[in-house]
Amino acid sequence: MSGEKDLEQLKKEAAAKAKEAALAKMNAKQQGEAKEESPAEDMDLAKQKAAAAAKAKAAALAKQKAQEQGEGKEESPEENPDLAKQKAAAAAKAKAAAAAKAKQAGGAGDDEKAKAIAAAKAKAAAAAKAKAAAQAKQAGSAGGDDEKAKAIAAAKAKAAAAAKAKLAASGGAGGDDEKAKAIAAAKAKAAAAAAAKAKAAGTKAEAEPQEEKAPSVNQPYLDKYIKVIEENLGSDVLEDSYINNLSKEVPTLVAKADSYYKLAEFLKYNEQLGFEYLSELHGTDFETHMEVYVHLYSYKNRQSVALKVKIDRDEPVIDSLQPLWAGANWPECEAYDLLGIKFKGHPNLHRIMLGDDWVGHPLRKDYEPYDVEV
Amino acid sequence: MLRTEEMLLNVGPQHPSTHGVFRLVLKIDGEIIKEAKPVIGYLHRGTEKLAENLQYTQIIPYTDRMDYLAAMTNNYILVHAVETMMDIKIPDRAEYLRIITMELGRIASHLVWWGTYLLDIGATSPFLYAFREREMIINMLNEISGGRLTFNYMRVGGVKWDAPEGWIEKVKEFIPYMREQLEGYHQLVTGNEIFMNRVKGVGKYTKDDALNYSLSGANLRCTGEKWDLRKDEPYSIYDRFDFDVAVQEGGDAWSRYHVRMKEIEESLKILEQAARQFPSEGDILAKVPKIIKAPKGEAFVRIESPRGEIGCYIASDGKKEPYRLKFRRPSFYNLQILPKLLEGENIANLIAILGAIDIVLGEVDG
Repeated sequence: MSGEKDLEQLKKEAAAKAKEAALAKMNAKQQGEAKEESPAEDMDLAKQKAAAAAKAKAAALAKQKAQEQGEGKEESPEENPDLAKQKAAAAAKAKAAAAAKAKQAGGAGDDEKAKAIAAAKAKAAAAAKAKAAAQAKQAGSAGGDDEKAKAIAAAKAKAAAAAKAKLAASGGAGGDDEKAKAIAAAKAKAAAAAAAKAKAAGTKAEAEPQEEKAPSVNQPYLDKYIKVIEENLGSDVLEDSYINNLSKEVPTLVAKADSYYKLAEFLKYNEQLGFEYLSELHGTDFETHMEVYVHLYSYKNRQSVALKVKIDRDEPVIDSLQPLWAGANWPECEAYDLLGIKFKGHPNLHRIMLGDDWVGHPLRKDYEPYDVEV
Repeated sequence: MLRTEEMLLNVGPQHPSTHGVFRLVLKIDGEIIKEAKPVIGYLHRGTEKLAENLQYTQIIPYTDRMDYLAAMTNNYILVHAVETMMDIKIPDRAEYLRIITMELGRIASHLVWWGTYLLDIGATSPFLYAFREREMIINMLNEISGGRLTFNYMRVGGVKWDAPEGWIEKVKEFIPYMREQLEGYHQLVTGNEIFMNRVKGVGKYTKDDALNYSLSGANLRCTGEKWDLRKDEPYSIYDRFDFDVAVQEGGDAWSRYHVRMKEIEESLKILEQAARQFPSEGDILAKVPKIIKAPKGEAFVRIESPRGEIGCYIASDGKKEPYRLKFRRPSFYNLQILPKLLEGENIANLIAILGAIDIVLGEVDG
């Protein structure tokens, strides 16, 4: 049912893409800024865009489109549902460009996709997806293409696809498809999703200025730690240091790999610091590097500090903290077992969770299960 | 002359007093333990790996299965971590429901410990009393969440279900009843000389040892460190309640026993206040996005579970699934000191020492 049309669609899409790229690039920039700063700007932009799209559409349209257009115009003064749709369209466009450019738009797309799926017939969507995926290899932007293909499929199911695609190519870009789909999808749902998104954006916008305006209560502690460390160990032991606002404002120190043990030892035994308690130790595979995260606590001073160290992923070796805190024993075994991080100086580094004959380290992102039966 | 030689003795993994699938390989000389090697991992289910492909709400049921004796706190640590990252304000009513369910869970967990610990060292009837009271708590939790042990009750932003009609009254009625029973427990067990001989001075360690081995909860408080995250780093609305931190100085199994018994009392105090202050109406869920997405970055938060300090680390790349999820599981950390405690001990004390640590294997193995 969908095979030929998809080809057609995708061709048109490819044409549209070239034109869209320039616009989308700009959009992505503005979108990115708007997201960070305030939802209001975002909406303005969406409004302009929507207006442009509406004009282009009005020029050459089928009956059905006229109806939709009418709906859209009627609704726009009411702002919410229509605006939300337009915003959604803008977000989708921004995502396509951003994914191709800098992979920055990640967040907003998922809602979009969910909506698209709901709207599209299952088959059409699946077919479109497969093709879009193939095409995505050339363009190098899987997410965006996927989404667009799905959106197109959805629109097609509603007919009047060809005219729309042309229109889209001539100026309105993906927005029209998005809109048609959004209208077709239950309005209430679109509104709800958009509202949720707006809220999410709202909380984000709220949270950031707050963090900026008041320095953290823990800032003096962090300053003190850094001062003491630099006085005693020199200035080249720390790679970075900051207050982690997401994590109850814990002062965070990032050690250089070769001074990690030295720094940990200092944190424990220095009288002013005195972090005698290791609360947590674990590793994470960040694909570009491995990281060990240690949360220390001083019962004497009632203060927390997070100590992190980045490790080469291909050869993940780091000093063991077991000689300093006996409590690091098993957690290091766990990190070795599940991530393959080797801890130098650990008395008994072994697979603590999995069997001794297990192949690979499951929490690594490139892990492939060896046992086909599992 | 009598000559002894070392032999290996395998304990577990299926042994009732290990409270799950925990294995110990003992090197013994006569009745004296020379070396103990714990073997764990039999219950490892790869929760952290699974979580990387699940949305935050979908992970909550998995937390039920870590510490299955106090699943409410496990529920809470996950949603608390996400809420901390997203900076969500929780409605009051939800906070109270969380506190009440968590404290009920804490009492239930300590009751299981009390009953089974005494069963381990030879007293049968306390187990029956403890489980009678625990059953009442479980029924209450069942009524509010729909689960007896695996509640899946908390959500990011609040709780899933509101308290059914008359539920708070049941909690209120339970408090004096439990106090009375607790009095009975003390009369039955605490002053018992056989019991005292079994636990006094057994499994003793110092505060420095406790800190060095990253012990937490009752295992730390039994050495005189007055530390409770509910009090010292208040989360949720614990700062609204008046309660004490149970502390003992001895560092032995006897001290741990007293800390836990006192904690039941303190939990009852919190429950009493929470039930009294419980708002008559209000939302039970904050306005949160339909699809929860923690902002890009990382967070590590910790709270006080019945077994100690339970923590949750989330590294997020802004998607709806965590990039990396890690639980700091108190039983896992607390169990590390076991080989040290067993070395040179009489084998008859093995169970008394292991039991006093209060581990849950689902949590040890993650």
